[in-house]
Amino acid sequence: MKYTSQMVAKPYFIFALILLAGEILFGLLMAVQYLYGDFLFPLIPFNVLRMVHTNLLIVLLLFGFMGATYYLIPEETETELWSPKLAIITFWVFLVAGVATILGYLFVPYAELTELTFNNLLPTMGREFLEQPLPTKVGIVLVVLSYLLNVIMTIVKGRKTVITTVLITGLLGLAVFFLFAFYVPDNLIMDKFFWWFTVHLWVEATWELILGAILAFVLIKVTGVDREHIDKWLYLIIAMTMVSGILGTGHHFFYMGAPEYWLWVGSIASAVEPLPFFLMILFAYTMTRERKIQHDNKIALTWAKGTAVMGFLGAGVWGFFHTLAPVNMFTHGTQLTAAHGHLSFYGAYIMIVFTMVSYAMPILRGRPHGNSQKAQKVELTSFWMMNIGMIGLTLALSIAGIVQILDQRVGTELIGFMESQESLAGIFMVRAGFGVLVLAGLLTYFYSFFVKEEAK
Amino acid sequence: MTERITKSMAKNIYYGGGTFALLIFLALTFDTVHQIPKRSNQQNMTENVVAGKKLWEDNNCVGCHTIVGEGAYYAPELMNVFQRRGGADEGTFKAYMQSWMAAQPLDTPNRRKMPQFNLSKEEVDSLSDFLIWTSKVNANEWPPTIEG
Ligand code: HEC
Ligand code: HEM
Ligand code: HEM
Ligand SMILES: [Fe+2]
Repeated sequence: MKYTSQMVAKPYFIFALILLAGEILFGLLMAVQYLYGDFLFPLIPFNVLRMVHTNLLIVLLLFGFMGATYYLIPEETETELWSPKLAIITFWVFLVAGVATILGYLFVPYAELTELTFNNLLPTMGREFLEQPLPTKVGIVLVVLSYLLNVIMTIVKGRKTVITTVLITGLLGLAVFFLFAFYVPDNLIMDKFFWWFTVHLWVEATWELILGAILAFVLIKVTGVDREHIDKWLYLIIAMTMVSGILGTGHHFFYMGAPEYWLWVGSIASAVEPLPFFLMILFAYTMTRERKIQHDNKIALTWAKGTAVMGFLGAGVWGFFHTLAPVNMFTHGTQLTAAHGHLSFYGAYIMIVFTMVSYAMPILRGRPHGNSQKAQKVELTSFWMMNIGMIGLTLALSIAGIVQILDQRVGTELIGFMESQESLAGIFMVRAGFGVLVLAGLLTYFYSFFVKEEAK
Repeated sequence: MTERITKSMAKNIYYGGGTFALLIFLALTFDTVHQIPKRSNQQNMTENVVAGKKLWEDNNCVGCHTIVGEGAYYAPELMNVFQRRGGADEGTFKAYMQSWMAAQPLDTPNRRKMPQFNLSKEEVDSLSDFLIWTSKVNANEWPPTIEG
């Protein structure tokens, strides 16, 4: 560790991983309720489990991004963080707000929660992914502002690199597009239209910049390739992101009440969206081939390459499956959407957090050359368990989606939603099985932290 | 292939292409915002419809259902439940909604459950009006069939 203030990243990483365990646990509970409707009902209805699951995901990624930023910013700018104290205060504020929100979901009926948290003053709740009570949403804004302030002040006083520029652009975008969460028009269609400004322009525009910056940072560190070369790749990736991702928002405007021209604009622009993800694969593998050093932390590079490949599969390939308007007519809002949602979020964003943790955590724990070979071997096992688990889960959901479409939407012999879902019990069982594998993989990953160092 | 591209070229595509895409996006957004009221029949958006939307959100119906194809995949799509369960007749649908909402949760063992929300008659009426309004939005012929 070159700068002592990088140490603030550690609690962020640890808490992000704990939240991930919670997320997966709630995913499994949902997978059981999918099959046995009386499981946990009426104690925790499905919508509550789902809120906890997806909100944990969002919050854990924010923690992960913050940890990653606090680790890489001092090294990139070659100066200590502007205020490590602020970063720690922010951490605790966010932690308390996050935990309180989850407890609120679990112990207060949602309708009551809306009343208790001033939702009648400014209604923002009850929309997918943005279910948070008003105080939590305001809290997120404050946390993000304090985080941005810290990062910007550090960049201002230090060295400016392409990585820091791209990262801060992504973070500013994250902050700006979150503001649409506060805009809830009475017209459902208008509401949905702007809802995507937060959701799509996060994952398919601004977050991709953050992803690219973190990936570039780790690749510089573990391959020793010179910066000029890395910078060019980074620019190329984010250029393709911007060109395709912004207008690609149109792939959500096909069948929700927006005008017809989105059928064309959305299909064409989003058909290009897999490209930046494909470039990430080329990037990771080319840098590996041209590497100047053999870093002892081999597993960090494995995660980096894994992120590129799995991100491409989840976002690029599974995204492309349903992104053309004539196809989306049939796939819109089915299990196929859920299949894509899982592999893309995991492959791109959960894995980039793993990549950063895998690279930075050993250093923060006083092991500049990475963990012991034995620990790395355990970590590699967990890498495969989680990846295979997520791919299996995604394939199961994809099959479920195709059957669902054939049952409900194609031909004349149609059957209803509930009947179709009941016929899918077997495949939902398989999904749950792969979910257990993912959880086992995560626990194995946790175990790798506790593998004893060999005496040298 | 990437050898021929220099860092400054890539940088220019990023700034140029990004700005260009953003400008088109803003223009289309502007146009869409002007078209949505017509496509969604905003003139029929009564107080009841607005109240229904608020109830939809306050009870997090979207945590189990999709509406216009967005939401959760645990329970049926509700954009066209007006046609599916009400035969596109307002009286029939409203009566159906009253009895459906009152009957929850059904006691079929291990069938997926919908909670009891303890809503008043007027509230269920608002929700019905909201669903009826939604069913008439011009969503380019979606959903493809009555089963959602
Ligand atoms: C915890 C999950 C859950 C929540 C929350 C929920 N529902 Fe449901 N809903 C279901 C399930 C499951 C079914 C299918 C029940 C069955 O067929 O036995 C259903 C069915 C329906 C149906 C009948 C659809 C059809 O085509 O047969 C309507 C109408 C409905 N819900 C309206 C609502 C409204 C309005 C709300 C919000 C106030 C709501 N639901 C909230 C789970 C939920
Ligand atoms: C890492 C990047 C990505 C993430 C995290 C992501 C995530 C998601 C999620 C969670 C949804 C479901 C939203 C909802 O609940 O309604 C979704 C929908 C969708 N995504 Fe992505 N996505 C990514 C990239 C892509 C790409 C690159 C494409 C196209 C090539 C794509 C195409 C789509 C389409 C067409 C839908 C709408 C599905 C429907 O109609 O139901 N996504 N995405
Ligand atoms: C490993 C076990 C997991 C299981 C069993 C599981 C299960 C589920 C279930 C049942 C849903 C609700 C689908 C519906 O609405 O009907 C869901 C939604 C979701 N989960 Fe998971 N999940 C798991 C892990 C994950 C992970 C690791 C991620 C993130 C990388 C994730 C991200 C999501 C997202 C984004 C949604 C919303 C999907 C959408 O709206 O399209 N899940 N999950
Ligand atoms: Fe999208």
